[in-house]
Amino acid sequence: MTDDPEAFLSVRDLKVHFPTDDGLVKAVDGLSFELARGRTLGIVGESGSGKSVTSLAVMGLHGVGQYGRGRARISGEIRLDGQRLTDADPDAVRRLRGRQMAMIFQDPLSSLHPYYTVGRQISEAYRVHNPVGRAAARARAVELLGRVGIPRPDRRFDDYPHQFSGGMRQRVMIAMALVNNPDLLIADEPTTALDVTVQAQILDLIRDLQREFGSAVIVITHDLGVVAELADDILVMYAGRCVERGPAERVFHAPQHPYTWGLLGSMPRLDRERGARLTPVRGAPPSLINVPSGCAFHPRCPYAELTAGASRSTVPELREAARRHFAACHLPVADRDRIWEASG
Amino acid sequence: MLAYLVRRLVAVVVMLLVVTLVTFGIFFLVPKLTGGDPAALFAGRQADPAAIAGIRRKLGLDAPVIVQYARFIWGLVAGRDYASGADVTHCAAPCFGYSFKTEQPVWPLLIDRFPVTFSLAIGACVLWLVVGVATGVLSALRRGSLWDRAAMATALAGVSLPIYFTGMLALAVFTYKLHWLTVSYVPFTQNPLAWARGLLLPWIVLAFLYAAMYARLTRATMLEILGEDYIRTARAKGLAEPVVIRRHALRATLTPVLTILGMDLGALVGGAILTETTFSLQGLGQAAVRAISDQDLPVILGVTMIAAFFVIAANLVVDLLYAVVDPRVRLA
Repeated sequence: MTDDPEAFLSVRDLKVHFPTDDGLVKAVDGLSFELARGRTLGIVGESGSGKSVTSLAVMGLHGVGQYGRGRARISGEIRLDGQRLTDADPDAVRRLRGRQMAMIFQDPLSSLHPYYTVGRQISEAYRVHNPVGRAAARARAVELLGRVGIPRPDRRFDDYPHQFSGGMRQRVMIAMALVNNPDLLIADEPTTALDVTVQAQILDLIRDLQREFGSAVIVITHDLGVVAELADDILVMYAGRCVERGPAERVFHAPQHPYTWGLLGSMPRLDRERGARLTPVRGAPPSLINVPSGCAFHPRCPYAELTAGASRSTVPELREAARRHFAACHLPVADRDRIWEASG
Repeated sequence: MLAYLVRRLVAVVVMLLVVTLVTFGIFFLVPKLTGGDPAALFAGRQADPAAIAGIRRKLGLDAPVIVQYARFIWGLVAGRDYASGADVTHCAAPCFGYSFKTEQPVWPLLIDRFPVTFSLAIGACVLWLVVGVATGVLSALRRGSLWDRAAMATALAGVSLPIYFTGMLALAVFTYKLHWLTVSYVPFTQNPLAWARGLLLPWIVLAFLYAAMYARLTRATMLEILGEDYIRTARAKGLAEPVVIRRHALRATLTPVLTILGMDLGALVGGAILTETTFSLQGLGQAAVRAISDQDLPVILGVTMIAAFFVIAANLVVDLLYAVVDPRVRLA
């Protein structure tokens, strides 16, 4: 993707490194992407691929309250609505948090304060950024609780998080995130902690609300199924880097990276033949301290032998395989298409 | 809630009964088994057997133990009469009996000693709460800093050094060398300023120990809480860091502190033995020490029961407060 002046959020060569006693953890190592208003980006990858670290970096939540722990070293550029966040005053970024950009977390039970009513927590999010009284904030919170589908919101306002079911709690989190009409909504594994039936409801809710509010949305997940219906674009991360990026339809139907093939192969699908086995991606996620040389995926890649050693020695660049569809792989595009066709 | 309270209060009474049973058993039964005779102690060294027998009758020590226990409990609830010939002494409820040593009734002695111990415990408590919690919070927020290391080293010293060492040191320096403070007990109602001045040194010494424990507890809890997901949520809302700390982290940090506080305060109000002894304060702890060295069994019994009562009561208060602080706790 070239520089897009339309982009609402633009991340350029983002690096998030954590110094530790064992060495430098390169959680995110040169990530770039763009996102326009009203669009949804799905960031997909295994645990430890840098998805959440990326979202926290966008929110400016690394570095706050690190309290002597190894501070994150962040470089690169993050722009929100043209404003550079990466070297902005921390207090200016704080004022954007919750108002222009908001976040939904994975586990709504642990992400809500157990001692305060949900109403109070939502009102608080509203009052940080709006000079309104208690009553107005309450009205706004009740409105949002109703909007995210919580029955009798006026009553539930005064309930504590533990009095809600998992799905309802996630709705509370969503209400809290949307209370200030943010332009950017980041949902970090929004359905991972929920029952399967509730997952679908929450995903529908996020999609409906996005249409209504017109926000830009980033959905972070390890589950391609989650983003299949939600995302316009998909970014696949591996070991802190982007290995494939493109329109969702392309990534699902003509994926260009062996890692994406692996992810798709390990995902249950209705259109698969009966009896066909799921194939997991072999091996374990790489160490982020000693990232494998060349293509970080090469020790796990079944096709690494076909690149005449390039996978082992050279870090592959992201290259455009089709319009707006990029992949970082040494395999020639023709070979990739042939392998994918043969497997599917 | 009311049912819960009633049940807990019944449990308190049962617990106290068990404590009296055990205390009574230890202090009246054990001397009997080892051949010691409370009546002989009460009579003094050179008493003749007839006098001892008279005292035994008067104190009711000639009756079976079970009867003695029943009379003791009855005395606690309704008072009892001690008869010696035509001479009848009434001991009003709650009757803990008479000191073997001074022949004075035990209950007024306890009433007399209690304010001293209570003053000591309360003053020290305020001091250690403020200093301990503040130190712990600051250490957690500046983890690894010079302040943190210095505070935690001091805290380690605080928990390691015994009261009689720090107490003696404080007395040597501030009282005998510098002549800044003398230790004495003046009732609060008489002169609040003199009350505070007279207790300042024991407060500081006692608070040093507890502040050290509380600083460590607060620091550890705060660090744990700061890593909680809901703290990240609070930051993600755009709250300023001081608000995150005060409104979100501190509230959760103080819950375990409150639990420990209830227990510590309950135990201290029952007698701060080492501190009172070191500073010669005539509190319950001192009374217990003297009673033990004098083998003054009724006084030991009285002090033990008072201490047990406060520990049990403190536990109940903590449990009730917990339900107020943490909405997840349901009293049922």
